[in-house]
Amino acid sequence: MKSKDVPQDDANMMQGKFKEPIYSVDEKGNYTTVKSVGWDAKNEVMKDAWDNVNNRIDKAKQDVLKGKSSPIAYYIEKNIMDVGIVASYMRIWKWRVRRHLKPSVFNKLSDEMIDKYCEVFGVKREIFLNNDLLNKEEKQINDKE
Amino acid sequence: MTKSNKKNNITFEHKQSAHCENGVVSNLLNFYGIKLSEPMVFGIGSGLFFSHMPFLKVGGIPVTSFRPLPGMIFKRLSKRLGIKFEKHRYSNPHKSMEALDKNLQNGIPTGMLVGVYHLTYFPDPYRFHFNAHNIIVFEKKDNTYVISDPIMEGYESLSYNELLKVRYARGLFAPKGHMYWPKSVPKEIDLKSAIKKGIAHTCKDMLTIPIPMFGVKGIRYLAKKVRSYPKKLSSRRAASYTGQIVRAQEEIGTGGAGFRYMYSAFIQEAAEIMKNEKLLELSFELTSIGDLWREFAIITGRIIKNRNTIDESYDKAADLLLVIADKEEIFFKELNKLNKSL
Repeated sequence: MKSKDVPQDDANMMQGKFKEPIYSVDEKGNYTTVKSVGWDAKNEVMKDAWDNVNNRIDKAKQDVLKGKSSPIAYYIEKNIMDVGIVASYMRIWKWRVRRHLKPSVFNKLSDEMIDKYCEVFGVKREIFLNNDLLNKEEKQINDKE
Repeated sequence: MTKSNKKNNITFEHKQSAHCENGVVSNLLNFYGIKLSEPMVFGIGSGLFFSHMPFLKVGGIPVTSFRPLPGMIFKRLSKRLGIKFEKHRYSNPHKSMEALDKNLQNGIPTGMLVGVYHLTYFPDPYRFHFNAHNIIVFEKKDNTYVISDPIMEGYESLSYNELLKVRYARGLFAPKGHMYWPKSVPKEIDLKSAIKKGIAHTCKDMLTIPIPMFGVKGIRYLAKKVRSYPKKLSSRRAASYTGQIVRAQEEIGTGGAGFRYMYSAFIQEAAEIMKNEKLLELSFELTSIGDLWREFAIITGRIIKNRNTIDESYDKAADLLLVIADKEEIFFKELNKLNKSL
């Protein structure tokens, strides 16, 4: 790729925090880096990946609101985690996290356990335990545009 | 961009790079007087690779990768240049922070592995649970750590708790407080021999691993998979599967087109060091292969945009992958032959 062809298609993927160096060839045929804010093709796949994340969050939210899963299911998706990552942060077995996804089990969890989950998910206890708030929860990033 | 920071007798120069592992090594060595560009570090450390592993999934999507496992570049480069590193892991997080403080008091810029997800200064769309990111901490000011993160343009800072959190991120490749710094640096380094070893290793990885998922064979394998996606998967999933390939190819750190451009830059620099015209020609050849990878990304972008209309783009994408595989095979064979004669 020629330096002058390095795309500058901004879709706010870097939120203005930095530009990415892209290797390219200048007029003299020498390699150099040109800073880029983005490229349409890449922005498209990034957006698709976030669409997938947001769909999973939405689905988990519906499951929680219908009483099919505990709030843990929603916060797992919201934090782009999976049961394995949550279990390792909680320092408990995966199967225990899976059990805690059931509302009936979740409702009997100790205060200590709830606090631990809150810490892992970075959420306040009163918000974590109040499912009604889920309706008002803002959507994950990239829906800002 | 180059910035330097003078305080506590540490002058640490921060240079932005495309890839974190290259960047940390390049910046650390620079501190000890060894000047190596990012492409040079990448080439000597044999950072170029290809693999497609359908059984290994992240977020339910098979993983395609244009690089070896994290830590490999670092390991190979230090071996080939004869640089010894001190490496430590700590089961107790506070002990690891104490050890870091001690290092900083002694004026030792310290490299470390961190998780990206909780890095406060990172843009949100890039904050996944990726745990093999490298940064350098080189100063502590009023309980704040000054950070040289190779993918950022300038210095960043993290509080004690923020740094502790990312050093003890959990999940795949959990960093467990891993930190490292050069213990001994040779007075003179044999760049030519290191370059040759680096090239030989990459050629071997791309051409001879007898498993169909790696190297040039892996690209052909992926072509077959991509062709089958629209038949086997829902249009939504088929698009996301193909999209992941492009994410790996163009994501932060590759420098564009799945590290192919960065490797071309390395070959170009090597041509100058080795005084070899033929190497320079090969560098241009690889650049044109990188351009083909970008074409693949454009087709994929189109697939994702129009995923609800049936089209033959998957075949087009797969055909292109086969062309790329053939070209890369010829390229690495020629490079290998030339390298042996150097």
